Amino acid sequence: MSTESLITALYVFVLAAFLGYQVISRVPPLLHTPLMSATNAISGISLVGSIVTAGAHYNMLSTILGFTAVTCSTINVVGGFVITDRMLKMFKRKPAISPKDKAAQLKSADSADSDHNK
Amino acid sequence: MQTYFIELSYLLASILFILGLKGLSHPETAKRGMHLAEFGMLMAIIGTLMHHEIVSYTWIITGLAIGSLIGLAMGVWVPMTAMPQRTALSHAFGAFAAALVGISEFYRSGGHLETITMSALGFEVMLGSLTTTGSLLAFAKLQGLVRGTPLTYRGQNIFNMALLALTIGIFIYLVVVPGSMPLFFTMVGLAFVFGLLLVLPIGAADMPVVMSLLNSYAGLASAATGFVLSNNVLIIAGTLDGFSGFILSILMCRAMNRSITNVLFGAFGSAATATGRDGPQGTMREVSMEDIATQMAYAKQVVFVPGYGMATAQAQHTVRELAQVLEKRGVTVKYGIHPVAGRMPGHMNVLLAEANVPYSSLYELEQINPEFPSTDVAVVIGANDVVNPDARDNPSSPIAGMPILEVDRAKSVVVLKRGQGKGFSGLENPLFFKPVTGMLYGDAKDTLSRLVQAVQEA
Repeated sequence: MSTESLITALYVFVLAAFLGYQVISRVPPLLHTPLMSATNAISGISLVGSIVTAGAHYNMLSTILGFTAVTCSTINVVGGFVITDRMLKMFKRKPAISPKDKAAQLKSADSADSDHNK
Repeated sequence: MQTYFIELSYLLASILFILGLKGLSHPETAKRGMHLAEFGMLMAIIGTLMHHEIVSYTWIITGLAIGSLIGLAMGVWVPMTAMPQRTALSHAFGAFAAALVGISEFYRSGGHLETITMSALGFEVMLGSLTTTGSLLAFAKLQGLVRGTPLTYRGQNIFNMALLALTIGIFIYLVVVPGSMPLFFTMVGLAFVFGLLLVLPIGAADMPVVMSLLNSYAGLASAATGFVLSNNVLIIAGTLDGFSGFILSILMCRAMNRSITNVLFGAFGSAATATGRDGPQGTMREVSMEDIATQMAYAKQVVFVPGYGMATAQAQHTVRELAQVLEKRGVTVKYGIHPVAGRMPGHMNVLLAEANVPYSSLYELEQINPEFPSTDVAVVIGANDVVNPDARDNPSSPIAGMPILEVDRAKSVVVLKRGQGKGFSGLENPLFFKPVTGMLYGDAKDTLSRLVQAVQEA
């Protein structure tokens, strides 16, 4: 790495840090767990480094290490995104009415002294 | 041409990652944001596959396939209560990948790297290695494979510091005098050991901070990989991850009124029993199920305060059931969530969301505290330190100054607790001895489902 490309890389690093601070401090505590799994999946982008290492035939050791790294990063990328999606699907403003709840609601509507207030 | 395409795919990925994280500022926009980030990731991977140095796809495809299968299985099957363990494990994977790429780069060059590259590579490998073992130990503690209590011995901090100094010393030597393969691998080995030693003295209750910190290290290791490979998207994504973890650690520390150094080197819980003797006097009042049920059934407002105990008892669905029964009777139900309740940031929110609790009823500490005086019944479910009034009233308490959920200001408090023992921090909790407080012992899930019945009959 030359001095110039180091300076460019430092620019990118510092600007990304400022941007990260701005963007992430706006994430409410409600979503801190999804945030953690999302950033985890995103930083699985180190996969692109591992892919080159695994496919370039530098030497035997590099290929083995690269292959292991590809596997580990892919677990993070796929697992991280799938789990983040799964979690975010659960966050609802209004409760979803499951069949069981619906039955219970109908039952309470039937009874005369239903003091349901919304 | 090819290089341009790859670089453009990375630029697109960077933009989409940032937009994706921006989406997380609100639950409504979060899902779309994640889809953008996923698309960005796909683009970056496709772009990389065109890299001119790649001569064989066998190992790449195999790795991608195995990783996808394991990732998918984990993503689909891991229960929400195990989210802290899963996250710890993924920190380990991410950091391990970064360390391996660094080791491979060093080996390939025969150790003869320029000063700048070697500095970045050293950071990458050190952070990657120590995060790998540290996260694995955190995983083992969270999964219950290793006891969650802090493990301390005399001179621990001095020994750890000496080991760290030695590791950094080798690193600096390698930057100045490049080329020694054995020294490099010694450094890697020491970093692996240091990761274990770092997490060993940390107790289960401090896990939210450690998780955030390991998250930060894993991200920074990725960013360092970007410096080594001169790859901007890696720097950007790694830095975003690193800073996210860093901000979360600060938030978690603030929520416990402690500094990061204190969490890492304080070994909380072992030293904190000094106040044991002159602790609160009196007896804990056990109350009957019927009394509580009647109180709750005729209350205007009930606030649930969940803690790690709710997660271990898997009681979130039963909490929701009780809340529904109460709401049907016209009781306003709210949930007060402390930032460090549970074992990772946001742990309780996810569990309650899983149980179909709408996020509009989940309240943060600052929002819910003014509401306690007008709350008829506050129900504490497996939480202890986050509701300990000593933090507010007793300046000599080890947790003095920690912001708490002020449940003792409510007209009546019910504490659901497994037994009469102390919390994870080993501190007495004066809340349990207050006249307004009633105790219900037993498994939280069991107690709650009996409460549901009792309220229905009330």
